[in-house]
Amino acid sequence: MSRLLTVEGLTTEFKTERGIVRAVNNISYTVDSGEIVGVVGESGCGKSVSQMSIMGLIPSPPGKVVAGTAIFGNTDLLKLKKESKEMCEIRGNRISMIFQEPMTSLNPALTVNKQMSEMLLEHKSISKKEARERVIDMLRQVGIPDPESRADDYPHQMSGGMRQRVMVGMAMICDPALIIADEATTALDATIQAQLLEMMNNLVREHHTAMVMVTHNLGIVARYADRINVMYAGSIIESGTVKEIWANPLHPYTESLIHCVPQLGQKVEAIPGMPPSLINRPPTCPFLPRCKYRQKCCFEDPVQELTLVEGTHSTMCALRSGGAKNEQ
Amino acid sequence: MGSYLIRRLLQAILVILVVSFLVFVLMRMLPGDPIEMLISSSMLTDYTPEMMDALRHEKGLDQPIGVQYLRWLGQMGRGDFGTSIMQNYNIRNEIKDRVVVTMMIGFAAWLIGLIVGVLLGIICAIRRGKLIDNIVSVLANIGLTAPSFWIAILLVYLFVMKLHVLPLYGYTLPWVDFGKSLKQSIMPILVTALGPIATTTRQTRSSVLEVLNEDYVRTAWSKGLNEKKVVMKHVLKNALMPIVTLQGTMLRMIIGGSVVVETIFVIPGMGSMLTKSMLSHDYPVVQAVTVIMTAVVVLSNLLVDILYAWIDPRIQYS
Repeated sequence: MSRLLTVEGLTTEFKTERGIVRAVNNISYTVDSGEIVGVVGESGCGKSVSQMSIMGLIPSPPGKVVAGTAIFGNTDLLKLKKESKEMCEIRGNRISMIFQEPMTSLNPALTVNKQMSEMLLEHKSISKKEARERVIDMLRQVGIPDPESRADDYPHQMSGGMRQRVMVGMAMICDPALIIADEATTALDATIQAQLLEMMNNLVREHHTAMVMVTHNLGIVARYADRINVMYAGSIIESGTVKEIWANPLHPYTESLIHCVPQLGQKVEAIPGMPPSLINRPPTCPFLPRCKYRQKCCFEDPVQELTLVEGTHSTMCALRSGGAKNEQ
Repeated sequence: MGSYLIRRLLQAILVILVVSFLVFVLMRMLPGDPIEMLISSSMLTDYTPEMMDALRHEKGLDQPIGVQYLRWLGQMGRGDFGTSIMQNYNIRNEIKDRVVVTMMIGFAAWLIGLIVGVLLGIICAIRRGKLIDNIVSVLANIGLTAPSFWIAILLVYLFVMKLHVLPLYGYTLPWVDFGKSLKQSIMPILVTALGPIATTTRQTRSSVLEVLNEDYVRTAWSKGLNEKKVVMKHVLKNALMPIVTLQGTMLRMIIGGSVVVETIFVIPGMGSMLTKSMLSHDYPVVQAVTVIMTAVVVLSNLLVDILYAWIDPRIQYS
């Protein structure tokens, strides 16, 4: 497997009236070709913002990527401007994105065929007729019945699940190396969600496409992803393979998160407290106020970076990384 | 769609009928009398009351108002607009000549307003908060609030009195003498277009700004389209609805403005015909002109409604 994307020290800030919000704080991760990487965390922890930063889609102003590199192939994505030609050639063609809101993410004034073939016409040198054929083929692959006539439908003539299938097809149509699925199935009901995830999983495995799966649902990630990055308050606080994290969660936040996955016959354990404000954050561990294992050393000697514990498993927790592990 | 169209056309006819009746009655309620105006303007002093009554009878003005209205309506139904009380010309022929003049100026002004307004609006929206946005916004506010007669006077002062490059008044049809026609139309078209440019700019700016925040615009960016394609293909069509709605109003503004502009620049169009006939209580002329202007406005609004369905496929008529 070859390295596809290397993100180092990505930091994104938003200017607000109350101060500067650091939505993404110095995160580093990698994506290899063909693998599925899960990014989990609760609302507002910077999952989406980190992915949008890489795509150059942060609304600016007020948002701004203030530090970091994201090497994709030979280019640093963070150095490219939103409107630049190089960025436009990568977007949709090499890296594509599936968004959270199927109801509003498609243009209501254009037919499905127009919206999908537009990408082919932009990035590949093919005729309109060929593009239409490719679109119909793609619609069939994502499970739209009767794709020949459905291609000329407007988004409002489709259900939410079908629209999201169209979004998936749109992301796949240029055969990109990487797909970023930002809460792709969150807005759908459980049955449709399961169908869609299964389909997406099959498609990316078949086409050997890498996928970053952003979600707040640890269950989904555990089922489909190869590796997981757990985010909290703008930082990646734990990273490893699914097996490593599920069997032995190192960070107290990950541990609580796993307890939050509902299981039959058991009470769901909520995490007490609220995530911290991202304005003027203290240098200590962001989970500190809610952590039930906190000790004196957490306040005195905070860890700022992921520390490798074993295998590919790393964490930001001072207690569980290195020598401090046995002291708990 | 067919039954919808028929229903809307019937509604349009009803509106025109109501307007024509109101104008008919209101004109006769105004103080002043066309027969007296006619006599005073013809400078005949030896008119006896009997002769005045005879004249009144000849013009049909001695009948009860209801009878007068129905008789006039029947005439209109046959396409006969009647004759002017004051100058005895055939109104239909006169309007035929004048409508062309007003349309030439009005249409040019509307087209300029639409093109310039939409372009400026888009530029302002995508360069929001930048220098160009601020400059255009201030100019648009001036264009919106400055009265057209005042702008006209300033233009006359600059181009006619100081620079001597444009003629002061008059109108020639472009196919008669194109150069002359162009020179004579520049100021009237500019003055008429000012309001539409300003209003369309502001409307375009705000609706484009609104659409720019939509999720599907983010999707368009994520597809790798460049800024031009994102704006032209994905933003504009969705932002078009309020702009098209505005064009119905715009036409009304232009027709209303023609009354002022044609009077200032002495242009033989519908607007100046309306002012002249109003001042001289020339009932049949006022009635004919208002009915035609109403028809234009009502039908243009109908056209706008039909255009909606083309812009937004979610709209269906039944």
